[in-house]
Amino acid sequence: MSTVVVEALVKRFGRTTTALDGVSFTVAPGELFGFIGPDGAGKTTLFRLLVSLLRPDAGRASVLGLDVVREYRALRQRVGYMAGPFSLYPDLSVEENLRFFASVFGTTIEREHARIAPIYAQLEPFKTRRAAALSGGMKQKLALCCALVHRPEILLLDEPTKGVDAVSRREFWDLLGTLKRSGLTTIVSTPYMDEANRCDRIALIHRGRLLAVDAPGTITRAFDRPLLAVRARERYKALLALRGHEHAHSVYPFGDVIHYTDERADAPADQIGQELRAFLAANGFADASVEPLAPTVEDTFIARTAESESRISNPESRIPNPESQIPNPESRTGSS
Amino acid sequence: MRRLLFLAQAEVLHILRDRVLLAQVLIVPIIQLLILSNAATFEIRNTPIWIVDFDRTSVSRGLVNHLAASGHFQIVDTTPSLDRANEALLAGTVTMVVVIPHDFEVSLTKTRAAPVELSVNAEKGSAAGIVQSYASRVLSEYASELALARRSSKSEGGRIDVRVRGRYNPTLNYKHYMVPGILVALVTMIGTLLSAQNIAREKELGTLEQLNVTPITRGQFIAAKLLPFWVLGLLELSLGLIVGKLVFGIPMRGSVPLLFGVASVYLAVALGIGLWISALVETQQQAMFVTFFIVNIYLLMSGLFTPIDSMAPWVRVASQINPVRHFVTISRAILVKGAGPAEIARPFSVLAVSAVVVLTIAVRQYRKRAV
Repeated sequence: MSTVVVEALVKRFGRTTTALDGVSFTVAPGELFGFIGPDGAGKTTLFRLLVSLLRPDAGRASVLGLDVVREYRALRQRVGYMAGPFSLYPDLSVEENLRFFASVFGTTIEREHARIAPIYAQLEPFKTRRAAALSGGMKQKLALCCALVHRPEILLLDEPTKGVDAVSRREFWDLLGTLKRSGLTTIVSTPYMDEANRCDRIALIHRGRLLAVDAPGTITRAFDRPLLAVRARERYKALLALRGHEHAHSVYPFGDVIHYTDERADAPADQIGQELRAFLAANGFADASVEPLAPTVEDTFIARTAESESRISNPESRIPNPESQIPNPESRTGSS
Repeated sequence: MRRLLFLAQAEVLHILRDRVLLAQVLIVPIIQLLILSNAATFEIRNTPIWIVDFDRTSVSRGLVNHLAASGHFQIVDTTPSLDRANEALLAGTVTMVVVIPHDFEVSLTKTRAAPVELSVNAEKGSAAGIVQSYASRVLSEYASELALARRSSKSEGGRIDVRVRGRYNPTLNYKHYMVPGILVALVTMIGTLLSAQNIAREKELGTLEQLNVTPITRGQFIAAKLLPFWVLGLLELSLGLIVGKLVFGIPMRGSVPLLFGVASVYLAVALGIGLWISALVETQQQAMFVTFFIVNIYLLMSGLFTPIDSMAPWVRVASQINPVRHFVTISRAILVKGAGPAEIARPFSVLAVSAVVVLTIAVRQYRKRAV
């Protein structure tokens, strides 16, 4: 039996905003399931629905076999939730926060020590420090600890690594790996595509719809076009030039390089590479280098959003501006 | 119950950790009490006046002496120059000019009536009224004295002797009247503002949402939130009473436990209003603005600063449902008059009903907004 079953879930805000537009998926027991998507995709709304903070407008959702609308009381005993923004008491110490949330669930730190030990071990040296004075990474670990203190059967973490430095992010995912080995079902969301590979399965979410739900490897294998990375000193001009190439399917910036996909799905990458080199040289980019590339989750995401955009709204433009939608994981890492 | 205790305990920690809040609770009220009770007074002493005495007879001098001896006035000048006196009135160096005409004594003995002109700076309306009434009282006292003297010389009797005695506050000490009222204002401010701000703070922090995903019921949450502030409100009242007693020597004629009993019901109303506000707003700042707006209206309509009898008829009716008004009435009645349970039963029953109504509405409003 699935731990989470969601069927055709719809949530609207006001008349104009549809935050979730018919979302369906299931999560198996013990799975580490990730929602990957940019800000505003509907991740937070979905999490708030799953933990009974919102009611859906249509469709249904059950968590641990409990309906999130009708059986919310029983559900709240058994689910661990960590909201996106840090939401503990800044004026209470690490230990006081933990003790508070334990007492809210009618238990104590001592009784739950076994469950929280791997995380609490890292927090213990700072246990008298006020939460406000913790680093971003430590805050997230404390929040995770508080979400675990009542021994939940499922953990829902909404963007737990957002705004946390790269090292702390890795540490946090290591903790999630530890929890997974203990058999805890975990659903996590993130705007960082590079974190997708840590999950058993991921769902790509965009504008309230799921674009794909599968294992990260399967999702990237489904990427069916040749992909090449282009480096040039004048990156933006090169990008514009490449968009004028007769066989270009999509061209978008990716970190400090340009990713190029070709519309001839069956052409060998080496041949396209040679074509592009010649094309760029002819257009005055003598320094440009071109290399074939294995697609990442982010490439898949961009391809899928482009497809769904052209289907839904504007069949003319095949290439949406990906920069405005996809957060760049490298430029988003540090605020602690 | 254990859970409620833990929640309340955390709340006490929040209060103790917040220095600004502690100052708000402990120091601000004392300062307010000291300042307000000295500032919010209608008593007028040492009003500067100019007496233009054109008559310069023993009778006119007697009038001047009476005005001087009343304690309300300070005679700045007696130069008989109307122009200079009016200039001083315009400049604001004197508040009133008293003009005694040339034929004052003559016309008094002849016709038994003599005009005296009082020119009062009516810029500050209510103060002018009070100055004028003080002066008229002195004048009429002097007039009756003169009449008495004349009659006794002709050995005529049968004069009515009116003696006024201020019951409950015989020395007409304004502070004995103001301090019990200001105590109410303080308790209201603390109860409403702190509870409104506190829950808005949980909204800002996101902890409210975190708590919503726990098995705590809304009733438990609200009780745990309000209980510490309820205690704080009573503490505030004790503090205010101690300052009132030590600094202003306010009387405590009635039963102090009775006052605390009423206060504990009244605080339920004040806290309920705060809770209601917090359910409607999103941030602490909004909570503060709305609270100030509501509390100000309540205070102005409470009869604390101005008598309810002199308000417009519709305000008088509206003030019937103003909890502050009733607690001000009760506080003054118990402390100054020594009223017992029977005398305060009516305003108290209004408070009790308000407590139930406000808390019910607030809790319901809270449910509606939070899920």
